[in-house]
Amino acid sequence: MCLAIPVRVISIAGDEAEIDIGGVKRTVSVVLTPEAKVGDYVLLHTGYAIGVVDEAEAEETLKLLEEIVNLSEIH
Amino acid sequence: MKALALLIISMERNMSNTILLAHGSGGKMSHDLVQHNFLPLLSNPILNKLDDSAVFEFSGHLAFTTDSYVVSPIFFPGGDIGKLAVCGTVNDLAMSGARPLYLSLSVIIEEGFPLDELETILRSVKAAAEQAGVSIITGDTKVVNRGQADRLFINTSGIGIIADGIDISGANARTGDKVILSGTIGDHGIAIMTQREGLKFEVPVESDCAPLNKLVAQMLETSPDIHCLRDPTRGGLASTLNEFARQSLAGIVIQEDKIPVKEGVRAVCELLGFDPLYVANEGKLVAIVKPGDADKVLAQMKQNSYGREASIIGEVTGNHPGRVVMKTILGPSRVIDMLSGELLPRIC
Amino acid sequence: MKYIDEYQDSELARKLATRISNHSTRQIRLMEFCGGHTHAIMRYGIRQLLPGTVEMKSGPGCPVCVTANADLDKAIAMAYLPGVTITTFGDLIRVPGSYSSLQQAKADGADIRVVYSSMDAVDIARNNPERSVIFIGIGFETTAPTIAASIIKAQQEQVKNFYLLSMLKLTPPIMRKLLEMGELKLDGIVCPGHVSVIIGSYPYRFIPESYRVACVVSGFEPLDILLCVARLVEQIESNKPGVEITYRRGVKPQGNVKALQLMAEVFDTSEADWRGIGIVPQSGLKLNSKYRYFDAGTAFEVSLKPVREHAGCRCGEILRGVATPPECNLFGRVCTPENPVGPCMVSNEGACAAYYQYGAEYE
Repeated sequence: MCLAIPVRVISIAGDEAEIDIGGVKRTVSVVLTPEAKVGDYVLLHTGYAIGVVDEAEAEETLKLLEEIVNLSEIH
Repeated sequence: MKALALLIISMERNMSNTILLAHGSGGKMSHDLVQHNFLPLLSNPILNKLDDSAVFEFSGHLAFTTDSYVVSPIFFPGGDIGKLAVCGTVNDLAMSGARPLYLSLSVIIEEGFPLDELETILRSVKAAAEQAGVSIITGDTKVVNRGQADRLFINTSGIGIIADGIDISGANARTGDKVILSGTIGDHGIAIMTQREGLKFEVPVESDCAPLNKLVAQMLETSPDIHCLRDPTRGGLASTLNEFARQSLAGIVIQEDKIPVKEGVRAVCELLGFDPLYVANEGKLVAIVKPGDADKVLAQMKQNSYGREASIIGEVTGNHPGRVVMKTILGPSRVIDMLSGELLPRIC
Repeated sequence: MKYIDEYQDSELARKLATRISNHSTRQIRLMEFCGGHTHAIMRYGIRQLLPGTVEMKSGPGCPVCVTANADLDKAIAMAYLPGVTITTFGDLIRVPGSYSSLQQAKADGADIRVVYSSMDAVDIARNNPERSVIFIGIGFETTAPTIAASIIKAQQEQVKNFYLLSMLKLTPPIMRKLLEMGELKLDGIVCPGHVSVIIGSYPYRFIPESYRVACVVSGFEPLDILLCVARLVEQIESNKPGVEITYRRGVKPQGNVKALQLMAEVFDTSEADWRGIGIVPQSGLKLNSKYRYFDAGTAFEVSLKPVREHAGCRCGEILRGVATPPECNLFGRVCTPENPVGPCMVSNEGACAAYYQYGAEYE
């Protein structure tokens, strides 16, 4: 349960941030993600950012996926 | 016809800048306007007579349609209820293969409605009618108490002529036919939805509201034997394809990766949990054509500004009659049903 | 769209599915506990990509489906109180309670508004001081901190006409309950993605430890789900059930500390009523004494007609994975998406809605 979409933080003012996804903008709350910075991607759920997307981990996961499928091709 | 009156009383004649109950009562206030502000906007020989009925000569195979417009908000990115009222009825006629000729325009307005907003809506009506090449030849106005008409309701009815040999119906789809979509889906519904209280997003998406009769005329010139035509309004593309499938007792297969969706529409759909297949369109059409004609009809559509992003999205099959199946982006297929209930945002 | 498109690559998906096929030697049963996963699995046709040895079952992860009639009836009754405005997520509008639905109440004249966010509900309260605005709080741990934050804001801004009717529920307790009930033998669990952004992965440790069931926390794109299944198969085949996170771009093992703090500030755990399962202790959230002012249940008295289930509705069993939709006599005859009897047919992720749409392909 949990429709949460990665959106980009364009500006922050206190507990609120302006986010952008595909050109769509909205003011959301970042009270749950005080560590969020401008330029970060956050997971947006019902108007609140619930977590900051870890870019490094995202890369790792994609790499892992490539490795796994390449391994299976060798088999 | 005197009642077509609407009520934009010129500044010198009236202190009020809002609609009053008296504007709908057929008396002097109703009359005055028509002459000074109204007729000039929608003027044509039939309307100008201001008789109780519009009278005109006619012979041939006719199409007749009616629709009421209760959209809220009445002003939205890309248009307003006036533009919608003209385009919606023009398109219904066009989807039967008719050349739209005449429209009626009935308006029900809440007391207290600002006159300048009414003027804006009427200008939209005029612009859309001109673009479509139709005339408003008769109409009516009523004014109701505050709160009884969600600001303003419009009904338009329309008449058009169908040329000989044109036979378009949802029941005409045949195995092997190709399914063509004229452009991106979901624009109108998302433009409206994001204006609603509680769902406000700043969206770079406008309603696609547009008159499609000239596009259809060009398509029919290229291929007079088009089998089916429909504009996927409420219920979206999914519901329209299901209607065709049921009426024709045929199966329809479409490919998800061939269906164009604007980025902003996709983003809002992801955020609110909508499926673009079910979101309303007001300036798009779906055509089902013989396989041999598909490529040339497509090429013709792309020449028209309302068909630039047209694509062949699928075909009619003998399998699963009455059902629509979509091949998803990863390969597996899933059944696409009609819309059940209302399109509602979800958290899940 | 970034962090979405990259995880939808069909070439990678097919290869990953092949790898799963190659590694899966025995029949296993996996369950997802998150409505978002159920939806994604349907949307991308994941079942058709997986080998026949991997069976996917949907668990009670949809907050709409698990809302008991007693709770829904209360919400509907409150809608009829004079001066009350009900604000709710769209998911709940069409769900039938014992006698009616919020949609029906709206048609009857009740003031019911769909909101995207609990903060929008607070705004409605602020802008309509003469109304009592009650927000229906459905959801799991993903939504709970957002509602906690809204309550705190309402408190700070002295919005005195805002109330919460909490039906919030917790995920690990229901997982434990289902495993205890033991009706279905499970080999692995696809752990919820966004619930875990909040609670982390530690709360699932009891699952492999006490029940020898494998756990992997998954994201929502097709590659995420396939990667999760691949890792579950790996754990199960090697007989090493544990707790793993594949949704590493979103989930940390310790979760979101700030969110957990806000939840603790506003809520106490309580018992909760789960459709098809009954009352489960310590599986829900209610406002604690500091914020009791906002509790709709305390502020408003409603008298309810006896709660009843529609005879023949098997949503409860379907939610636990022990019955399939066609086994319910109402399915497809009396109960359809246009006229749903139970929530499993209403909700986007309900097993019955899915089965109705996809029929045989679903299996």
